[in-house]
Amino acid sequence: MRHFTRLLLGVAAGTLMAGAASAADLTVGFSQIGSESGWRAAETSVTKQEAEKRKVDLKFADAQQKQENQIKALRGFIAQGVDAIFIAPVVETGWDTVLQEAKDAEIPVILLDRGVKASPDLYMTVVASDQVHEGKVAGDWLVKDVGDKTCNVVELQGTTGSSPAINRKKGFEDAIASHANIKITRSQTGDFTRAKGKEVMEGFLKAENGGKNICALYAHNDDMAVGAIQAIKEAGLKPGTDIKVVSIDAVPDIFQAMAAGEANATVELTPNMAGPAFDALEKFKADGTLPPKQIITESKLYTQADDPMKVYEEKKGLGY
Amino acid sequence: MSTGEALVSAEKIIKSFLGLRVLDGVDFSVRPGEIHALLGENGAGKSTLIKILTGVHQPDGGTIRLRGTPVTVRDTGHAQELGVGTVYQEVNLLPNLSVAENLFIGRQPMRWGLVHRSEMEKRAKALLAQYDIDIDVSADLGRFSVAVQQLVAIARAVDLSGSVLILDEPTASLDRAEVETLFAILRRLRDRGMGIVFITHFLDQVYALCDRITVLRNGKLVGTREAAELPQVELVSMMLGRALAEATHGAEAERRSAPPSSGKRIEFSHYGRARSVAPFDLSIGAGEVVGVAGLLGSGRTETARLLFGLDAPDSGSLTIDGKPAKVLSPRAAVQLGFALCPEDRKTDGIVGDLSVRENIALALQARRGWLRRMPSREQAELADRFVKALDIRTSDIEKPVKFLSGGNQQKVVLARWLATNPRLLILDEPTRGIDVGAHAEIIALINRLCEEGLSLVVISSEIEEITAYSTRIRILRDREHRGELTGAEISPDNIMRAIAAQASASNEGASA
Amino acid sequence: MISLRRAAPQLIALAVILFLNWLAFPGFFNIRIQDGRLFGSVVDVFNRGAPVMILAIGMTMVIASRGVDLSVGAVMAMAGATAATMTVAGYPLVAVLAAALVVGLLCGLLNGILVAFLDLQPIVATLILMVAGRGIAQLVTEGFIVTFNEPGLIFFGTGSFLGIPMPVVIAAVLGVLAILLVRRTALGLLIEAVGVNRSASTYAGLNSRVLLLFVYTFSGFCAALAGIIATADIRGADANNAGLWLELDAILAVVIGGTSLLGGRFSILMSMLGAIIIQAMNTGILLSGFPPEYNLIVKAAVIIMILLAQSLSLAGAGAFFRPGAKAKPQEPLRSSDPSANKAQNPA
Repeated sequence: MRHFTRLLLGVAAGTLMAGAASAADLTVGFSQIGSESGWRAAETSVTKQEAEKRKVDLKFADAQQKQENQIKALRGFIAQGVDAIFIAPVVETGWDTVLQEAKDAEIPVILLDRGVKASPDLYMTVVASDQVHEGKVAGDWLVKDVGDKTCNVVELQGTTGSSPAINRKKGFEDAIASHANIKITRSQTGDFTRAKGKEVMEGFLKAENGGKNICALYAHNDDMAVGAIQAIKEAGLKPGTDIKVVSIDAVPDIFQAMAAGEANATVELTPNMAGPAFDALEKFKADGTLPPKQIITESKLYTQADDPMKVYEEKKGLGY
Repeated sequence: MSTGEALVSAEKIIKSFLGLRVLDGVDFSVRPGEIHALLGENGAGKSTLIKILTGVHQPDGGTIRLRGTPVTVRDTGHAQELGVGTVYQEVNLLPNLSVAENLFIGRQPMRWGLVHRSEMEKRAKALLAQYDIDIDVSADLGRFSVAVQQLVAIARAVDLSGSVLILDEPTASLDRAEVETLFAILRRLRDRGMGIVFITHFLDQVYALCDRITVLRNGKLVGTREAAELPQVELVSMMLGRALAEATHGAEAERRSAPPSSGKRIEFSHYGRARSVAPFDLSIGAGEVVGVAGLLGSGRTETARLLFGLDAPDSGSLTIDGKPAKVLSPRAAVQLGFALCPEDRKTDGIVGDLSVRENIALALQARRGWLRRMPSREQAELADRFVKALDIRTSDIEKPVKFLSGGNQQKVVLARWLATNPRLLILDEPTRGIDVGAHAEIIALINRLCEEGLSLVVISSEIEEITAYSTRIRILRDREHRGELTGAEISPDNIMRAIAAQASASNEGASA
Repeated sequence: MISLRRAAPQLIALAVILFLNWLAFPGFFNIRIQDGRLFGSVVDVFNRGAPVMILAIGMTMVIASRGVDLSVGAVMAMAGATAATMTVAGYPLVAVLAAALVVGLLCGLLNGILVAFLDLQPIVATLILMVAGRGIAQLVTEGFIVTFNEPGLIFFGTGSFLGIPMPVVIAAVLGVLAILLVRRTALGLLIEAVGVNRSASTYAGLNSRVLLLFVYTFSGFCAALAGIIATADIRGADANNAGLWLELDAILAVVIGGTSLLGGRFSILMSMLGAIIIQAMNTGILLSGFPPEYNLIVKAAVIIMILLAQSLSLAGAGAFFRPGAKAKPQEPLRSSDPSANKAQNPA
């Protein structure tokens, strides 16, 4: 804590020295993991939009999935003397040194989307979604939607052992735990991909009497759901009606499916991690208010009632 | 000099592979202080016997004794512990490690948990000094000639084992001077009391070096005799189970006097390549046999490579029957009717996993192009014809060629080329590493081929051999064509003299 | 050309896996017609196995030439990305297909040049494209999944011909054509010769370089075809995941099919059978309801057993071709005879 006070004083002094600095002149370095998924690309473009909106000078660095690139980028930002650093860390460990360097240079660091295993003194806050909560929102929707009817759910898990797969599974199970009429009958990994989602769903459909025993599909991400929807159609069933489809992420393609009545609900993993981060940063710059160590983004539920085509068009522009 | 209790002995050894009996009650023993030749045609069971003595195979029956005590040799490592070391024809060391590392691999002197390199190199140097080898032991082994590699392998085997040394065709790729060096070393080891088993195809070497001779034939022991009491003719008949064929002598006189055909000719003029062979002229008529003689490294194989388009010439021209032609790849050579049986049968000759049939059909198929596949039946007919004509010994033509003995593999490669009905056939060491029977047959074949009007270029280090069948003999020295012997000039003595004219100078080239 | 005897271990393995699938899920062999298309788990095995079958056809020839093509997964992604983006941009189907296949051919040609003319080791040469290819695919798709709804292209993934899913039809047709190509011409023999001993083949007048160029180019073509199917199947080009790790499945299919990684003898049909075995296993795991944590362990265990069975059977098969073996059936079949070494090669 003592360290942080020192940092705080230092930043305050820095701000004073810069004269009447306003948020408009803020320079922020953003080290992005890469562009391995549509969501990641959207996060990048939303961050840029947010920066533009707030007249922040955003220095963007793409790490192409490599930690060493991120560390280099961070050192570059420190050398340039930016006002703050945003980073979406590619891995959890190995950040202590470079974060310490940032701290020594009195530059606040905000982690986006993922946490790190390092002393919490070394960064200002983490902006991330609550993956367990995402699963719970999806589960709650299903509980409400089926009411008292019996419902056998098949689950498409994310990559085995990955934290979103573990957490989203747990959240969903928590939500249906007290509802004996809903149970998960089959659960397999679809590796978060469309192709595997389709293949695994084909297996589920065969194994569950051509899909007649399946009431709903819960997919840990939309891509797998999109693949599964095709499998359901090819089996001669109507996705969204014969088999309800609920998934997580809210990527544009699922809104198209919802508009066509083939998917029922999705829980948004917002690509806008930067918005709350900028809010926290501006507040801190204005009056020194420290944000909580963790800022949870909203896990918003979208259903067919939410004008999916409109959302689709909005999202499409973000580079998903 | 070779009495007393045997160092190692094998009694009534029986071994079968998949029902085929390859050793049938064989006795064999090595005494201290003797060099013992193990002879037999390919397939006689020599290698199997050696592999049983060194623990590669386990015998189905019989006993192995070490200084009288029965032992079970578990594997080659165990054989080494028991004092039995082996050096194979293909040196089984690691060319990309240094000489010192090869000598001490697996038992490097250590210091502070690391290899003590300077100590290792010092010891390597001392070890090799015993063999009068003075080389840079820190250099990669692969940089040295086969002869040096062989000596390093022997040094390692003797250092590891120390009582019995088995040498499997050690002289196959050495030239005369190198063979002499090797023999001197072997004699010295013998005088130190080691027992040495020597496998070879060169009978003169057997008599020059060995004290006793054991002959195997078809997996059975023919006999063990003192070398001094066994006339060469009798030895050959022991090996072959018949009297020596007269094939080599009949055509000899006739061949010498045969006038060079004045008809169709293949003419290479001023043909050469830098750092390979100096430009030379060579004109070959139909039915002619041009022998190429020279020491190892004199440019013999390089000449063959050039003639066959494996290396492109950087000077000179080629005309066939007066018309200009170009040979820039083996493919082009094959199209022109050229053929080359390479020196290194295993790496450049046979395609081991393919069948005898496919190996024989390969060059003809390549010449026809991939679109015009030879039907299997046609391939089989072709293969059957050559198996019969060349007396290739194989249980059937679908057998992978790698399971054939060396001489039969050589005949398969020869058959591959004869199948293309070539006009120029280049044979590079056609009888190397081949048993006596196959040797005579190949020489007879060479004679027959040139009677049929084929032009032949035969490279051989067996001087008596090329004397027997060549119309002309090309003498190579220091990567240059230095002269030619024709007609009555052709005799082993004259060839020797021509090669040796500046032998001291060429020796350096040979060992480079 | 392939005796039933030689194929015995693979056929038995397949039968055992199918039997286990049936035990786990009694409806495994049920087939019905759905929307004019065969529908059932067995159909899934063939349909899902088709991309790997197609890759294995090309991979077999590459491996027979003593090479390996690690880039096929990435080439799938590139071809898929090309097809999807061009479809979205409104190009006609013929142009889309041609462009995707040309991408594959060019990739294969590049691999071939690196191996045959620059004498790079195949594993290194194709690793270059394996790594770079996915990056290029991402550039083409600009990092997101390019989704399309063009029925013509989709037909290649989910359409059917006489009730048989298109991927299966394509794999079968390509398999037949490839087998005819290598066995009705001398190509098969020449590739085997180059694979066993490139130097000796060159001495025998074979154009080893051109043959190598051909096998890699053909492998690239197969990969592009598989990429088109995979993309059409999910109606989208997923540059990050399309064909991911499939090069390993293709190599495994070839090995299970009995072609040695040391080159030489090959059988396209057996490699395709290998691909079916792998997919039968995958489908079985999906149907069994095992927790996904066990997927890879089960898969590895089954593969080890198949390869072991194959190796034992090959060691025994040598006896059949040797004189005297029939006369003395009581002799032990396994020994340290050289022919046993053959069996160790795939391991």
